[in-house]
Amino acid sequence: MRIRRLFIANRGEIAVRIIRSCRRLGIDTVLGASEADLDSTPARLADLCVCVGPAVAAKSYLDVGAVVAAARTAGVDALHPGYGFLAENAALARACEDAGIVFVGPTPTQLEAVGDKLAARRHAVDAGLPVVPGGPVASLAEARELAGRIGWPILIKAVGGGGGRGLKRLDNPANLGAQLELAISEAQGAFGDARVYLERYVPSGRHVEVQLLGDGHEVIHLGDRDCSVQRRYQKLIEEGPAPDLPAGLRARMADAAVAYGRRLAYRGAGTVEFLVDTAGNAFYFLEMNARIQVEHPVTEAITGVDLVERQIAIAEGHPLRLRQDEIQVSGHAIECRINAEDVAKGFAPGPGRISAAQFPAGAGIRVDTHVEAGSRVPPFYDSLVAKVIVHAHDRAQALTRMSGALANCRIAGVPVNTPLHVEILSDPEFRRGGVDTQYLARRLAAWDGARAVAAEH
Amino acid sequence: MLTHEDIQDILRVLETSPFDELELETDRFKLTLRRAAGPQGGWSQEHETHARAAAAVAAPTTAGSGVAKSPPPVTAALAGAVLVEIRAPLIGTFYRAPKPGAAPFVEVGAVVSSDTVVAILETMKLMTPVHAGASGRVVEICIADGQFVEQHQVLLRLEPSQP
Repeated sequence: MRIRRLFIANRGEIAVRIIRSCRRLGIDTVLGASEADLDSTPARLADLCVCVGPAVAAKSYLDVGAVVAAARTAGVDALHPGYGFLAENAALARACEDAGIVFVGPTPTQLEAVGDKLAARRHAVDAGLPVVPGGPVASLAEARELAGRIGWPILIKAVGGGGGRGLKRLDNPANLGAQLELAISEAQGAFGDARVYLERYVPSGRHVEVQLLGDGHEVIHLGDRDCSVQRRYQKLIEEGPAPDLPAGLRARMADAAVAYGRRLAYRGAGTVEFLVDTAGNAFYFLEMNARIQVEHPVTEAITGVDLVERQIAIAEGHPLRLRQDEIQVSGHAIECRINAEDVAKGFAPGPGRISAAQFPAGAGIRVDTHVEAGSRVPPFYDSLVAKVIVHAHDRAQALTRMSGALANCRIAGVPVNTPLHVEILSDPEFRRGGVDTQYLARRLAAWDGARAVAAEH
Repeated sequence: MLTHEDIQDILRVLETSPFDELELETDRFKLTLRRAAGPQGGWSQEHETHARAAAAVAAPTTAGSGVAKSPPPVTAALAGAVLVEIRAPLIGTFYRAPKPGAAPFVEVGAVVSSDTVVAILETMKLMTPVHAGASGRVVEICIADGQFVEQHQVLLRLEPSQP
C-alpha cells in the first residue's frame, strides 16, 4: 500500500524530523500534540495539528486511546510513534492494527518479545548471542545457587525495569535473602511486575549498539554507534563507528545483531545494544530497542541512508531494496545532545522560553531541533532541545568540526549543557576514544573537585 | 492564588491611593485590604481562598481518600502563628508521595526537620525532592497531588518549632 497521510504520535525534534522525510515523500502529516505543544514548531510544520489531550503526558502522549482516537478522526492511513512515549507499546501497535492504521514499526509480537527483558534475553541465548551470565530467579534457594555459579558481585534486576531503574547491586551473599525480597516487592510496586533476575555485575564497559533494518524477512545492519558518554543512563554524546574496536569484534557484534533480528523476523528499524568490555575483547547482549533512536542521525551520516524514509517504506510493505554489501560506512560522525539543563546547578532542568537561538550550519554539520527564538520549552517533557551532528573523514576531523559547530550554537533564555560538551570534547581521555560508561561520572567528579579547589584560591 | 509578593505589590499601589478599603474577589479567592485607623496608618489584610474554605468543610470525608480526581488541598486550623512557607524551587508537577499508590511523604500534623523531604516536583522527567527547609509542624498542604505548580509557589506551610 501507499501511505498518503501519516499521524505523528510524538513531539519535539523527532516530530520535525519525521515531517521532513514525509515532505520529501509527498506524505501529508498530522501531528497529535498535547495542549502544551499546540504552538510548537512541529505543530506549525505539520499539514494538520490535532490535540491529543492535556499537557501531562499520561493524559496525552501516553494515552493509547486518545492517540488512536485522534488518528482515526484525522483519517490517516499510518502512524509513526517516534521514540519514547508509546513508541514500543504493543497495545498501541495492536490498536492501530484494529483501526486499520499502519503502525510504522515492528509487529506487536516483536514489541512484546523485546520489551520483556527475560524474553529478550531468551531470544538472545537462542540466537547464539553472548549474554551477561545470569537468569531468572523465583526463590532464595534459586538465587543462592545461581549467584554461586555466576560469581559476585551480582545485580538483581527487575524484569519491568530499565533506564537504570529497578537495579540492585550486591557484593556478597550476606543479605541476599532480604535484598531479594525487597527487590521483588519494589519491582511489584514500581513496575507492576514482581519478576526479577540476576546478572553478574560488570563494573565497567562500553555501550555499543548496532543499527538494524528489517522487512520481516531480510535483516541487514548499518554499522555501530558508541553511546558510552552517559550520565545516569542518559546518553549525552554518541558517535559512529565506535572508536578503537578490534575489527574482528566489530564484525562479530554486527553478525550477532543481525542474527538477533533474523530470529525475530524483525520488521522496521531497530537497535541491538551491547556491553563491550573495556579491553575490547568480549561483548554481551543488553537489549533491543524496537524503534527509531535519538542518535539515528549518526548512522544516517556515515551510511547515507535515511532511516525514517526506510521505516516508512517498510511499513508500506516494500522489501528492503538494500543489500548488506551496499551499506558502506564512510568517515566518522558525532552527535551532541543539547539539553535545557543547568550543568552548574547539578543538571537542574531549565524549562522556559528561548529568547534567542542560533545554530551552526555548513558542510558536514546537521542540526535536528524543534526550537527557535520564542519557542517554549515546557516543563512536562524531556529536556532535549537540539541535536548537533557532524560528519567528517575521520574522528579527529569530526572532533574539530564539532568544536567549531558548538561554538556557533547559542541558545539564550534557558540554560543549556553546551559548555559541558565543549569541556568533554577537549578532554584528552575522550579524545583518545573508547571511554566506558563510567567516564562522565568520573570526569564530572574530577571537574567539580578542581572547581572547588579553584574557588578556595 | 495570590502570593505574598502579589499582596505586597497591591499594597504598594494602594499606599498611594485615596481609598481606605479594597475588596478584590475572583472565583478563586477573595482579598480584603483595609487602612488601619491608628495614627501610624498601615494595612490589615484578609485573604481567603475559596478552595481552601471548601476544603476545611469537606476535610473529614475527603482526607486520605486520594480517589477524587483533584482532591482539595488539605488544611488545618491556622492558629495565627507566623507560618513558614515551603515554596517550589522550580516549576513542575507536585507529588506528595514517592510513587503512585505509596504513602505521602507528610500529612498535616507531621513534625519535620529542615532536611525532611515533604514532596517531589517532576520537571522534564526529573524528580526534585522538596525539603522542609525549617523544622516545625506541617499545618497546611496547599497543593493537590499531581497538580502543576509555578516556581516559588507556596506548597506547604509549617508552624515553626520554638527555637
